[in-house]
Amino acid sequence: MNGLDARVPGISPDRPFRGRVTTFGALSWSGFRRYATYRQATIAGSFTNTVFGFLRCYVLLAVAAGAAGGRAAGYDAEQLATFVWVGQGLLTVVSLWGWTELADRIRSGDVAADLLRPVHPVIGYLAPDLGRAAHAMIFRFLPPLTVGALFFDLYAPSRWFTVPLFALSVLLAVIGSFGLRFLVNATAYWLHDARGPITLWVLSAGVLAGLYFPLRFLPDWLAVTLWVGTPFPGLLQTPADVLVERDPAPVQAALVALQALWAAALLGLAAVVQRRAEKRLVAQGG
Amino acid sequence: MSVITMRGLRKDFTVRVRTGRLRREKRTVEAVAGIDLTVEAGEMVGYIGPNGAGKSTTLKMLTGVLTPSSGEVSVCGLAPVPQRTRLALTIGVVFGQRSQLWWDLPLRDSFALLRHIYRVPPDAHAARLRRCRSLLDLDEFLDTPVRQLSLGQRMRGELTAALLHGPSVLFLDEPTIGLDVVSKQAVRSFLAELGATGDVTLVLTTHDLADIERLCRRLVVIDHGRVVHDGTIEALHARYGSRRRLVVDLDTPLPPGFAVPGADLVSLEADGHRASFDLLSSSAAGAVVAELATLASMRDLSLVEPDIEDVVARLYRA
Repeated sequence: MNGLDARVPGISPDRPFRGRVTTFGALSWSGFRRYATYRQATIAGSFTNTVFGFLRCYVLLAVAAGAAGGRAAGYDAEQLATFVWVGQGLLTVVSLWGWTELADRIRSGDVAADLLRPVHPVIGYLAPDLGRAAHAMIFRFLPPLTVGALFFDLYAPSRWFTVPLFALSVLLAVIGSFGLRFLVNATAYWLHDARGPITLWVLSAGVLAGLYFPLRFLPDWLAVTLWVGTPFPGLLQTPADVLVERDPAPVQAALVALQALWAAALLGLAAVVQRRAEKRLVAQGG
Repeated sequence: MSVITMRGLRKDFTVRVRTGRLRREKRTVEAVAGIDLTVEAGEMVGYIGPNGAGKSTTLKMLTGVLTPSSGEVSVCGLAPVPQRTRLALTIGVVFGQRSQLWWDLPLRDSFALLRHIYRVPPDAHAARLRRCRSLLDLDEFLDTPVRQLSLGQRMRGELTAALLHGPSVLFLDEPTIGLDVVSKQAVRSFLAELGATGDVTLVLTTHDLADIERLCRRLVVIDHGRVVHDGTIEALHARYGSRRRLVVDLDTPLPPGFAVPGADLVSLEADGHRASFDLLSSSAAGAVVAELATLASMRDLSLVEPDIEDVVARLYRA
């Protein structure tokens, strides 16, 4: 059968880096495409996020109105409104809730197919997740933010580097969130059913990432402990704080650097856990 | 050249068994209990055994998904688990019960994505895809999302997906499971054509022995994690004394006390008007028929080839 004949042809052997980037890009695009097929779910999700945005916004504006000088925990009313709408948009971008794909595939044994690809499993999941996040950035982040801007006065950043820094911060938030979700899902290698850890993750991520209220509302010692000792504030609170310029420029940059450290640590840990899991892996089913 | 070598390959699983209300005991289950096997380049090997015999476990160890408990294994000169990602470039795998396609994406997109994952040059990819499209009739559902494909269509997609990077070894784990007769035939004739080129080594596990009869010269039977037969189908028949059966319909019953050299009488039915004989392996059917014709006038006759399912069933029960 000519044309089906064997052997892997020289795969751009002189340019392995370029090949890797192309593969990564193609995988990311597949993630984008997969989520783009569910249009009605995207519209329904955006609508829900917007409705809850109004509720949260009114609550926090009431808090600010009651606070001395109209500033609550160092945010003025515009910054708080922006915090809420950015948070509502980023919620889906960083996929703070529900991602059980890996756990489901471990449970069903389909994860074996992932191991049969010439791509490291962590990369094989990270790349599509970034594509998913890019899709969410366009279709889940922008719509609520636009609605928020129409109904409320939002904060316009004054520093030239704030928007690029915010973009970087969102990317790091997605990577950090991916690392955490991967680890939570990977417990299924040992537990077979990761529903317990996933529920714990959903509950804790909402509170500790600053979705329900800005973490600055907490006492300083607790907020700092959370920031340095856990990756959670880096998922939502940091990008939002960066965009509303809550802190002076050096602190703003330091928060993003901290995010980067956490993102790298979580990816590294995910790779270690994956390697351990593969050693003891029992691919389910015949 | 040997493409696959296994020496003393073992896989033990530890399972916990409840022994009391709270107590659990660890027990070791031997899934694969020391397999020695070599497969040469271009061979087509049928790997069969009853449920739980260790077929899929062996395949998972060969593809690097599962770490062996002990023993040596090498595929295309690579150690499957430590060199899994390199090995993935040279093998193709089809699991009949699982999908390696992207559920939400059209088949066409899955194939394009695979090209990037395996970094196949565009022209080689296009040529292989063209070949598969015509041989497996993919065109009518190339733009359908995988989740909407029928099982037969999906399996044709899976075969294509496994071949687009031009693997030199193809592992097929029950590729015809659940398929209708037409789809089974399509898959079989595709594999037969693929195997006939000699470019691809093929290892096939199945419960459908027709797959084996149609495709594989060599048959490896495994039971309780051990190889119980390794050879041709004919050798299996010879070993278990499978015989061809001759059934004759007669106008007049055979005379009492008759004897036919080279054949054993198995049954007499319809008042002696129908007789069945097992042919001894050395005897020719023609001589037996000629002998019978001297004893009684024959109306009809049929010769039944030994059924591989019977032989294998005997082997499993042994």
